Amino acid sequence: MTQALLREIIDYANRANPYPLYEELRKTPVSHDGDGPYVISTYYEIHSLLHDPRISSDAKNLKATGNDPLGEQPDEEGATLPPSFLKLDPPDHDRLRRMTNRPFGPPHAPHRVHDMRDELGGLVSGLIDGIADTGQLDRIDLVDQFAYPFPVTVICRLLGIPREDEPRFHVWAETLAASLDPDPDADPTQHGKGTMDARMELGMYLAGLIEERRKKPGDDMLSQLATADGPDGAMTTMEALSTSALLLIAGHETTVNLITNGMLTLLRHPEVLQRLRDDPDLAVPIVEELLRYEPPVQLLPQRTTLSDIEVAGVTIPKGASLWLMLASGNRDPKRFEDPNRFDPDRKDIQHLGLGSGIHSCFGAPLARQEAQLALSELARRLENPRLLEDPPPYRQNAVLRGPRHLPIACDGIRP
Amino acid sequence: MTSTGTHDGSLERLKREGRIVVVGASLAGLRAAETMREKGFAGSLTMIGDEPYEPYDRPPLSKQVLLGNAVADHTALPRRRAIDADWRLGVPATGLDMAARRVELGNGDAVEYDRLLIATGVRARPWPNAEEGALKGVFVLRTRDDGEGLQRALAAGPRRVLVIGAGFTGSEIASACRERGLDVTVAERGDAPLVGALGGVIGAVAAEMHRENGVDLRTGVMVTSLEGDPSGRVRAAHFSDGSTVEADVVVVSLGAQRNTEWLSGSGLGAGPRGIACDAGCRAFDVRGIVTDDIYVAGDVARSPHALFGYQFLSLEHWGNAVAQADTAAHNMLSASADRRPHLWVPAFWSSQFGVNIKSVGVPPMGTEILITQGSLAERRFAAAYGYQGRLIAAVTFDNCRWLPFYEQQIEATAPFPPPFSTVDRRPEGTKPMPADFPDPSVPTHGPTITLSGYSPADRKMTFTPGR
Repeated sequence: MTQALLREIIDYANRANPYPLYEELRKTPVSHDGDGPYVISTYYEIHSLLHDPRISSDAKNLKATGNDPLGEQPDEEGATLPPSFLKLDPPDHDRLRRMTNRPFGPPHAPHRVHDMRDELGGLVSGLIDGIADTGQLDRIDLVDQFAYPFPVTVICRLLGIPREDEPRFHVWAETLAASLDPDPDADPTQHGKGTMDARMELGMYLAGLIEERRKKPGDDMLSQLATADGPDGAMTTMEALSTSALLLIAGHETTVNLITNGMLTLLRHPEVLQRLRDDPDLAVPIVEELLRYEPPVQLLPQRTTLSDIEVAGVTIPKGASLWLMLASGNRDPKRFEDPNRFDPDRKDIQHLGLGSGIHSCFGAPLARQEAQLALSELARRLENPRLLEDPPPYRQNAVLRGPRHLPIACDGIRP
Repeated sequence: MTSTGTHDGSLERLKREGRIVVVGASLAGLRAAETMREKGFAGSLTMIGDEPYEPYDRPPLSKQVLLGNAVADHTALPRRRAIDADWRLGVPATGLDMAARRVELGNGDAVEYDRLLIATGVRARPWPNAEEGALKGVFVLRTRDDGEGLQRALAAGPRRVLVIGAGFTGSEIASACRERGLDVTVAERGDAPLVGALGGVIGAVAAEMHRENGVDLRTGVMVTSLEGDPSGRVRAAHFSDGSTVEADVVVVSLGAQRNTEWLSGSGLGAGPRGIACDAGCRAFDVRGIVTDDIYVAGDVARSPHALFGYQFLSLEHWGNAVAQADTAAHNMLSASADRRPHLWVPAFWSSQFGVNIKSVGVPPMGTEILITQGSLAERRFAAAYGYQGRLIAAVTFDNCRWLPFYEQQIEATAPFPPPFSTVDRRPEGTKPMPADFPDPSVPTHGPTITLSGYSPADRKMTFTPGR
């Protein structure tokens, strides 16, 4: 039953609207059958597991990966780079995340994200001007022309990665993002080999950059990761590599979906789009509601139990694999009133869209700022925008879910 | 108007045209007033406060304000909504006539109520010798004026600051002094800072934090007297071990006293431990009978908690004030069947020497402690407190994201020691040790939680047998 539902969720045919499947899943807050993972689909259960120290993010604690037809995770990290802090537990996770945070956020860099605002605004304007310059307003692909290049440029600038290398690392990033996606039909060995190769190549590429920055540091994060020496000491080269790879991929593959899902949702709710046009500050609650309603990370398939634990009356054994269905929890009617309604006026909106607990999204402040700026500017500048395909074509990925293209048309672009 | 208001329409009348008086214009009073308006209370609302200011936030006073990063008069509490109240500020309430439903004010006025909410909070315990306490340069820290005065004194660059008492406030003050580069001595009667609230095991970590940050920490001593110069300015303090410390700023940080004196003789169950109330925030009178028109919330309230054996808890916690105010306000405007209990799990935070300290549950109830995650030596850890085989509280140092888990465990009356493994469990986390709280019969200024099961009033009751 569970396995069948999971297969359906992963099945590309249901990518455009997985929410009825999640609804089905929520009938059993903790579901499990055979050798598959324990699937947690309800808000409160997910939320408490995200704060539960008996849950590990370190794949080493998984009892048996081979028996799990859906959760098959090739050991993509072993031979190439050590795991990033996303896949580590404290204290290593805490140390690396803390060191990464020093150049990024409070208390040591409280203004970093805020100070990028003008720069982000310039990028957004430039991209929209670029769309206007093409003169082709009857078919705009909002992904290729806007929602993808914007966050990629931002993460490149933040890290100090040459933007012109984008075509190279894009391939690696896409392969690695796909490796998060439990694809039941892929040949695991091929899958694993491709992932390993991509990781290795990305690692070598970043190693070259880090080496350069060590010799000649700038004020980008790569330089700071490579040279910083705080109370936690310095990162090893390997740690700096896996950390920067994580930032690059996460900065690459998630905000795109947040912006695209956002614009798609707004085009489906023209009254909200109009309100945003009149009041750009509405972008703040809109983005929060989007993170609930269409979260860019739909589920977390990489947690394991360190003890036997009881969740909603089910005892999950030690060493079991857990899937936390964030997008399903976000639409749990026990937590949110009328959860399938997109409502930017919602007051109580503690969603799971950015996770929670120690692994909650590291880039959240940047992602929020990017999405707020992008959506409010699109709303302001596009005249009479409309969807050309609904639903639009989606990406394969069920974990990092979003449209691959978002074809729209508009009557003009305001200055 | 009947008290509970059910089918006779009295509740609706209260909501439409009743008179509600809130004594105490701080966090709890303000949040309660906002909740009442939110629930549709359209009658008259009077807010009485002895300070001349509208409600302000206190946590910044011992933190950002002392560092000079925020100004004391910019700590006004953000409003959740307009409350349309008649503000009586700068006037203390001086008496309560329960029969006439009237609050008397210091300026001779009186205000009548249909429902009364008492949220008078606590004040800083003053230096016991009034003459010494009046010396220039001697401070307490509770109010906005206190914060501003102390900030100015610190900004003037004193040669040495003496902090008397190493509870949370005292420790935060010492931390702010060090951050400003000031020499500071901390005198603590107990064996370590924070022992009253968190016990000796954690106190030892706090002591290390003080010393590593250059605080001259003296434990196990009392300050016996303060000495002034001829101009009436403090210059030195004498200690019980015979030593003397020269300081031109002295901060008396000996905990708080509950503001209940104005109720003496009123017949309400109010005393030095606070005002006893039921779980629904309804105040008890001195006979132990619950009132139905007088409610209590915030630091001054003392209410039974089902999760902790129905012990009466007094909490000087920001979060408690908010939650209890909300419950009181709800119950004041609800029929009895719709009322709800205040079941907030105690929680507080502190920030000192760059370390974020958070706690849930009632640590002083714990007899044992186990370091479940991280390590004491690194000062990043989560520790669980045990009481008779049960997990009763937890504290984290720079590890607060795990705290919701422990809160859930406490709510679920989970066993202690915890029978499970966790991420980041170290060898020191395999065996519980005594939590090492000081003998409760010896007063320390420390705990921010008072537990008691005794009579709220210091007055005697006479039992008259039935005829």
